[in-house]
Amino acid sequence: MAFKIIAENCTGCGACQFECPNNAISSKGGLFSIITGKCTECKGIYPTQQCAAACPIPKTCVKA
Amino acid sequence: MPQNIVALSSIGRFSGALCESSGCSSRGTCGSAADDLPDAVWQKIQDHPCYSEDAHHYFARMHIAVAPACNIQCNYCHRKFDCANESRPGVVSEKLEPEEALRKVLAVAAEVPQLSVVGIAGPGDALANAEKTFATFALIHEALPHLKLCLSTNGLMLSDHVDRIAAIGIDHVTITINMVDPEIGARIYPWIFYRHQRWEGIEAARILHQRQMAGLEALTARGILVKVNSVLIPGVNDEHLTAVNQAVRARGAFLHNVMPLISDPSHGTYYGLNGQRGPTPAELRKVQDQLGADAKLMRHCRQCRADAVGLLGEDRGAEFTRDKLGEAKPFDPAQREMYLAVVERERADRQNAKEAAQVAHKIEEAPVLVAVATKGGGRINLHFGHANEFQIYEVGPDGARFVGHRRTDKYCVGGHSEPDAMATSIAALEGVAAVFCAKIGERPRQRLKEAGVEAVDAYAFDYIEASAITWFAGRSQSGTVAATA
Ligand code: SF4
Ligand code: SF4
Ligand code: SF4
Repeated sequence: MAFKIIAENCTGCGACQFECPNNAISSKGGLFSIITGKCTECKGIYPTQQCAAACPIPKTCVKA
Repeated sequence: MPQNIVALSSIGRFSGALCESSGCSSRGTCGSAADDLPDAVWQKIQDHPCYSEDAHHYFARMHIAVAPACNIQCNYCHRKFDCANESRPGVVSEKLEPEEALRKVLAVAAEVPQLSVVGIAGPGDALANAEKTFATFALIHEALPHLKLCLSTNGLMLSDHVDRIAAIGIDHVTITINMVDPEIGARIYPWIFYRHQRWEGIEAARILHQRQMAGLEALTARGILVKVNSVLIPGVNDEHLTAVNQAVRARGAFLHNVMPLISDPSHGTYYGLNGQRGPTPAELRKVQDQLGADAKLMRHCRQCRADAVGLLGEDRGAEFTRDKLGEAKPFDPAQREMYLAVVERERADRQNAKEAAQVAHKIEEAPVLVAVATKGGGRINLHFGHANEFQIYEVGPDGARFVGHRRTDKYCVGGHSEPDAMATSIAALEGVAAVFCAKIGERPRQRLKEAGVEAVDAYAFDYIEASAITWFAGRSQSGTVAATA
């Protein structure tokens, strides 16, 4: 149960990282990725996955 | 280094002359173009290149790209590139962390004594990740308290941060407001991200509109200067911008600036891909004229990049990239003081020349537009072929008045002229009677003549307004040679 980032779509804007309630998004070397173990798909916190709702590029933060 | 600014070496030359001080320090004696602004506002903007028509000749601003995230989507923006509200579309800037941004500001301040404003305007929205933006401002304010700080935003999160904006001493905020009617907004903004949720369509536009108005009101209630930018989108909000103008004026915006939509399929934006075109220079001017014959309307915005450095209209950003920051010189306040003194004298001189020319030449004819190739200082000091843009002045019975800018592509790169680029320049000069420049080649002069534009290089390195008035007077006396400027 986790989301992932499609790396080739990502612009590196960081909107997802800033919105994630679980601090589950890392940006090592400018490359954004979701740490599977930390991602809860925002269950119980928000009705929608924050990374996907904030991301400007369609189909970039998606279910893993 | 480009020659677009007064060389530091020239300051020594000027400073001797300063001893016989001209004694012109207030706008009262200088009769600035901003005569109709209240004193408090004038105080805040007189050295601000983005706001004061006069200051943009002399002072530099820089933007630092610390805010890549955004919380809305505009149809004219592709998020692979910088915020289109604050940049020329299709541009990507180097994203900086707050500490890197501070190093960059220190390096620029040491090199460019004209620097008086530092802004955060993207590359996304400065308030989408407000912590980073405020951390950066705090570092800069501590290191170089003389710099003015400014902030540009789409307004969605503005009213949450008004206290911090005031507390940190930011006294200029720009909000991009393209509509006050959610129906129109829905054609500009497909979605927003607000309070942990994505909103679409009219709902999104309604929230954005309400938040923009609330933010604007909260800022002006605290005496913070607010400029509103609107992107002119033909067929979408062109008729509507009058309503936007009334709404933002009523809420205390001191300036409303209309910028053209720049739309190109290669930018990959929704508008670009769907054939939405930008306005022609004539359409833009028409809307700007409708919105205000008032001198306060800023016409010299040119959509500089989110990481631009320099006087308006130039960009020295490439000299200050991260990898070049190593050997920065320390900032020297004395150098800046000297530059400020030179500027004061230049401003006064230029104003006097303008007034003298106006007295000497009584003009009866209808006003015409002239274009000027300049690299700053209020002088005609650029080769026609090196101009990326022209300053446009209206000259007529009431003297000469700055009315805007027109961008063009460089037609002369490394001495090779491309005929196509010349055509672009001619298109940019539509409706202009003459172009003033320091120098121009025979071929371009001929091409311009064929297009009905007179090329004038007789006033090379002179003050713009005085030269334009003198030229116009000579022209209207049909052939009689006018006095020299
Ligand atoms: S789905 Fe939620 S928890 Fe998972 S990475 Fe996205 S924002 Fe974080
Ligand atoms: S919000 Fe989307 S584009 Fe931005 S960093 Fe996250 S995944 Fe990449
Ligand atoms: S506010 Fe700026 S960055 Fe955000 S979508 Fe609009 S133009 Fe792009």
